[in-house]
Amino acid sequence: MLCELISKAQPSEGVFDYTIECHQMAIKAKPGQFLHILCGGDSYLRRPISICDVIDNRLIRFIFQVKGEGTKALSRAKVGERLDVLGPLGNGFDYQQKAEQEGDCVLIGGGIGIYPLLGLARRMKDKPVVMLGFRNTDSMLLTGEFSVVARSLYVSSDDGSVGVEGNVTDILKHSLSMGSKISKIYTCGPKPMMKAVAEIARENNIACEASLEERMGCGVGACVTCTCTMTDGSRKRVCKDGPVFNALEVDFDG
Amino acid sequence: MADLSVNIAGVEWKNPVTTGSGTFGFGREYAEFFDLSNLGAVCLKALSAKPRLGNRSPRIAETEKGILNSVGLQNPGAEYFIENELPWLRKFDVKLIANLCGSTIDDYVEVAEILGDKIDMFELNISCPNVKEGGMAFGTNTKMVEEITSRVKSAAKAPLIVKLSPNVTDITEMARAAEAGGADALSLINTLLGMKIDIHTKRPVLYNNMGGLSGPCVKPVAVRMVYQVRNAVKLPIIGMGGITNGADAIEFFLAGADAVAVGTAGIVDPYAWIRVRNEINEYLDKEGYKSIRDIVGKVELNG
Repeated sequence: MLCELISKAQPSEGVFDYTIECHQMAIKAKPGQFLHILCGGDSYLRRPISICDVIDNRLIRFIFQVKGEGTKALSRAKVGERLDVLGPLGNGFDYQQKAEQEGDCVLIGGGIGIYPLLGLARRMKDKPVVMLGFRNTDSMLLTGEFSVVARSLYVSSDDGSVGVEGNVTDILKHSLSMGSKISKIYTCGPKPMMKAVAEIARENNIACEASLEERMGCGVGACVTCTCTMTDGSRKRVCKDGPVFNALEVDFDG
Repeated sequence: MADLSVNIAGVEWKNPVTTGSGTFGFGREYAEFFDLSNLGAVCLKALSAKPRLGNRSPRIAETEKGILNSVGLQNPGAEYFIENELPWLRKFDVKLIANLCGSTIDDYVEVAEILGDKIDMFELNISCPNVKEGGMAFGTNTKMVEEITSRVKSAAKAPLIVKLSPNVTDITEMARAAEAGGADALSLINTLLGMKIDIHTKRPVLYNNMGGLSGPCVKPVAVRMVYQVRNAVKLPIIGMGGITNGADAIEFFLAGADAVAVGTAGIVDPYAWIRVRNEINEYLDKEGYKSIRDIVGKVELNG
């Protein structure tokens, strides 16, 4: 489907914040789902990019970092240009909170993995606790918007230039050690981070969903190239069976 | 509208477009984009007698105008397919081609026996570069090609297409060996063995190190091989390798293909199969041909 790029911003070096107009996709889109975008330039395959937010059932916002040929070409798109987009694809987060649920929902993201968590936080009935990990101040993004939709917001950075120095998982561990009650964790970010989050969730008997990333082909489940390994040894398609999985069923080393 | 129907080894297809095995799953995903009855045939993802897990990710790497893949024939096994996928597929008015894979000749025979007469055609996959045993190893030696073709042909209750590997010195030798073994048709080309290295990590991008190259970048090789095979054997040919539009497909017909498969292009554009079919028809109408069969092998060489 061709969707017009209606706004474009560059919040930091190599990071682009796009909003496209597509009513048909916007009304269906759920947090955690992704768009599969034809980027042009020297790239051949589409690029999967997670949905950051849906606005007015009409607009979809996504944020991406320039990493290779595809994202580089996409970053050159001009406002008013029409992008060839498939979506929304995949299964999103299950964010319907149960009435009998005790404790907070925690959203924990790192790096470019924080983008899909913004739309998720906005959709949740009870405001979640949000924990975000960045490399440093320069790579910090969206904290203002998160602070509006979060009950409380915690930030960490690798070099301590902003928030707590260290891994964002340290914030989660500290919170649990202080006796916080957590009903469910949602995570998206680098694999080692998600693996650590899943381990903490398992140890503390907390439900946990993780949004995975893998090199992808068709994006609709047919070519079976973007598989992840599950703890039972089976392989599932990130694009169709995910990208959001029960983190406790994912073998992050597989 | 020109007559697009073709007869491949006694099986009538309503048009000459099928799917490249492994790019189309068992059809469910693309049925959300178009009616599968619009295709001449659906060539299904490779089936083995027992389920296969495939290789670890990353299984795909982008290259210049193409991709490398190393899926490794992941599939749920022929019995699961018959029970869970086939009844649904049979709701469509389209011929079904089962792509057979295995590690030993007996494995291939076993899949053909399990599928029996439930399928319209078989495609013998002796050209997959992504598995340690079987696959390409069978397709790069004339004696093996003839032997496996003949063994599977004896067990097959439907016409047998042999899919040839381009990773050989002379593809016509393999085509003749398949013909000698009793093949009813040939399909070519499977992927070209390739490799991509990340210069920063100094490691291959694919976990499996090497993989099969497909997409527009392989098309000239595929067209050349179809032309060579057309002049070496009498069997019907299903041509494939980088077909993205009608013009690409026409090249294959002129080179000698009786039908074409679209694969990698569909990974980028879910409507590629339908678009190629429509554009073939447009070409025929514009050039004044009554039937697709009128242009098969009609390339005129220079000099």
